[in-house]
Amino acid sequence: MSQVSDREKAEFRQQVGAWMQANRPADPGFLLPQSFMEVGSEQQLEFLREWQHKVWSAGYLGMAWPRQYGGQGVDPVYQSIADQEMRRHGVPICFNVIGLGWAGPLINDIGTEAEKARYLKGILSGEDIWCQGFSEPDHGSDLGSAQLRARREGDEYVLNGTKIWTTMGNFAKYMILLARTNPQAERKYDGLSFFLAPMQVPGIDPRPIRKLTGEYGFTETFFTDARIPASCLMGEEGQGWKIAMRTLQYERGAEAGAAGGLAFVRIAIDDMIAELADVERDGEPALQDPAVRDQLVQMIMEEKAVVLCDRRAAIPALTTDYPFSLPLSNKLRFTESTRRMRQMAINLQGADGGLYVGDAAARQGGFWQRAYLNSFSATIGGGTSQVQANIIAEHILGLPK
Amino acid sequence: MSVIGNTALDFTDDQAMILDVARGFCADRSPLERVRDLLESDLGYDPAVWGEMVDMGWPGMALPEAVGGSGLGVSVAVPVCEALGRSLLGGPLLATLLAGQLLLRASAGRDGSAVLAAIAAGAPATIALLDSADWGTEQIRCELGSDGVLRGVKQQVMEAAAAEWLVVVAQEQGEPVLAVVPAAAVAPAARRDHVLIDATRRAQTIDFSGVQVAGDAVLRGPDVARALRDVRLLGGLLLAAEAAGSAASCLDTTVEYLKTRTQFGKLIGSYQALKHPCVEILMALDATRSFVYHAATLVDDAPLDGDAEIACRMAKAQATETLKYAGDRAVQFHGGMGFTWECDAQLYVRRAQWVQQAFGDAQHHRKRLARLLLDR
Repeated sequence: MSQVSDREKAEFRQQVGAWMQANRPADPGFLLPQSFMEVGSEQQLEFLREWQHKVWSAGYLGMAWPRQYGGQGVDPVYQSIADQEMRRHGVPICFNVIGLGWAGPLINDIGTEAEKARYLKGILSGEDIWCQGFSEPDHGSDLGSAQLRARREGDEYVLNGTKIWTTMGNFAKYMILLARTNPQAERKYDGLSFFLAPMQVPGIDPRPIRKLTGEYGFTETFFTDARIPASCLMGEEGQGWKIAMRTLQYERGAEAGAAGGLAFVRIAIDDMIAELADVERDGEPALQDPAVRDQLVQMIMEEKAVVLCDRRAAIPALTTDYPFSLPLSNKLRFTESTRRMRQMAINLQGADGGLYVGDAAARQGGFWQRAYLNSFSATIGGGTSQVQANIIAEHILGLPK
Repeated sequence: MSVIGNTALDFTDDQAMILDVARGFCADRSPLERVRDLLESDLGYDPAVWGEMVDMGWPGMALPEAVGGSGLGVSVAVPVCEALGRSLLGGPLLATLLAGQLLLRASAGRDGSAVLAAIAAGAPATIALLDSADWGTEQIRCELGSDGVLRGVKQQVMEAAAAEWLVVVAQEQGEPVLAVVPAAAVAPAARRDHVLIDATRRAQTIDFSGVQVAGDAVLRGPDVARALRDVRLLGGLLLAAEAAGSAASCLDTTVEYLKTRTQFGKLIGSYQALKHPCVEILMALDATRSFVYHAATLVDDAPLDGDAEIACRMAKAQATETLKYAGDRAVQFHGGMGFTWECDAQLYVRRAQWVQQAFGDAQHHRKRLARLLLDR
């Protein structure tokens, strides 16, 4: 439990709120990414790097991390409050998410002194961009089967293979890398190791992937006899799977160890309803159309169900039937509902629904069109909805494989 | 203010204890063989089981202590109704709870307590509400004349044969009133038993024409309209709770079959075409229970406010769709067996059709939610 008094929290909230209000950047004149997976241009990157640096310099990022590594060593509740205020004021994301939310907390947790001193401050300042090398072209949802080979040669590991969906792979200085050090291991998981790997070495070639939106944001990353120092190994050989799973727990926010900052801009159904305020159908306001209204209410209920299910998950007496059903289905429920909502927002724009980013008449510069196309990153990434459904069917309902 | 609005969800120790006790009781007294025994019986329920519910104080659980109730408020009826639904346990409890709520809310601060005391002591009661098949009409056709005599026919009066008291919704010179009529005042010839698609329930059409209502048995005034509005919402909520329970046991039935039935050399539960809809049902059920207990958090003895109205309507809209889908897929996924009377899937799919309409279907509630959420 936090030792911070309610009064201290309220004071801090006011202070950070005032700062966000005063420092919220003006509209840069180009569409900003709604999530860290959408950073496609140098222009966006430089804007976001400057923003993150500013937030960190003001003392609102990495607040719970140790002082000597760029943090402030205060109770994580402060960071949670700062994050809430960032969301409330609609400021841009803190883009270095793999560093802030995955690599950083991991290094903080189980890294050596040398690793902490070397990596943590650069993560917070935004100077050192991190990416993640887990998925491979032939093993999308099945991380345990990763094949990228890391072979020990003296003081080095030699890397050969391919990673895919590397967010900001072309901008990153470091990668958290899951690689196979022992292809002969009896259990496939035991053959994996975890590396804090430099990206700027010969033989590592990140090639940007153009997304369905027309933008960039990911790379396919090729490793051809790339040599990295053996000291990049985190923990011991064979611990890769365990460490990779550990990185996932920090997603739950500052209280779980993450540095904080917004990883994505939340698009709420209120935003869609506001967007529709001046849209007409049959010469009448679209918001008065009975079919539209029925559809909107269903969508509001979907979004409200996500929140209410989170609430109910915290009440043991109301989760006795399938205790893990709510946490395990949360991703599926949330991401599918998000995708449907964004599609609906295009659907309800009339002829404007057919316009796209770059058209001067597109509503909000094509915000909803791009947001819908990008929403597939969440229904596909981190285990597709169909794989999620299999997991729920087998682990919660006990249906056969 | 976001359209998502109020998202409170609390569950008290009282509710948790009652849910636990009710689930155990209903599972024990109403195994599916017993449900089937009662399907084609006249009464539709076991009077001995009703007697046990009375002994536990269930008919009066949501009534104030002053009339002999438990004073726990209507939110404790929600877990009980969920338990009833899970075991497909029929009988007059739901109708009695609603009749009690209607009288309580219409007579706030005034007399009316004699019948409430009878209900709390275990006299089954019901509401004669519908004049037509339209759940959405505001118009009341049944009339209370200046001579104190009722004129009009009420449809689908829930568990009317069991009821000792009938609360008749009527209009007197255009104003809504409640006439509290003892069962004996309605001649057998004025009653016609319905054949309901959900055979675990009973209902009657009753011609109240000619029934003389005692002067002190009429409730009038602004509280009546407010009480009617509240009870339509609470009816939706209690049925949503019941539907949540029924959908849960329906899903269990389907999943059990998919784990044991083999076709083409494989357990059919391994096919994704069957697996994924089961996950959709589970998620719909999770949403339903969340809406139901959110609504239960917001209702109490006071007139229901805007947030409570939104919550009750969402609960009913969601529960209805969930049970319809669960029942529909239960039949389909049982294959040829699903087409038979013997298969339990029929119990759920038939109940789903009854529940979807009662106290307004999903579209009815969404239409009203649109006004509450979009026209602010």
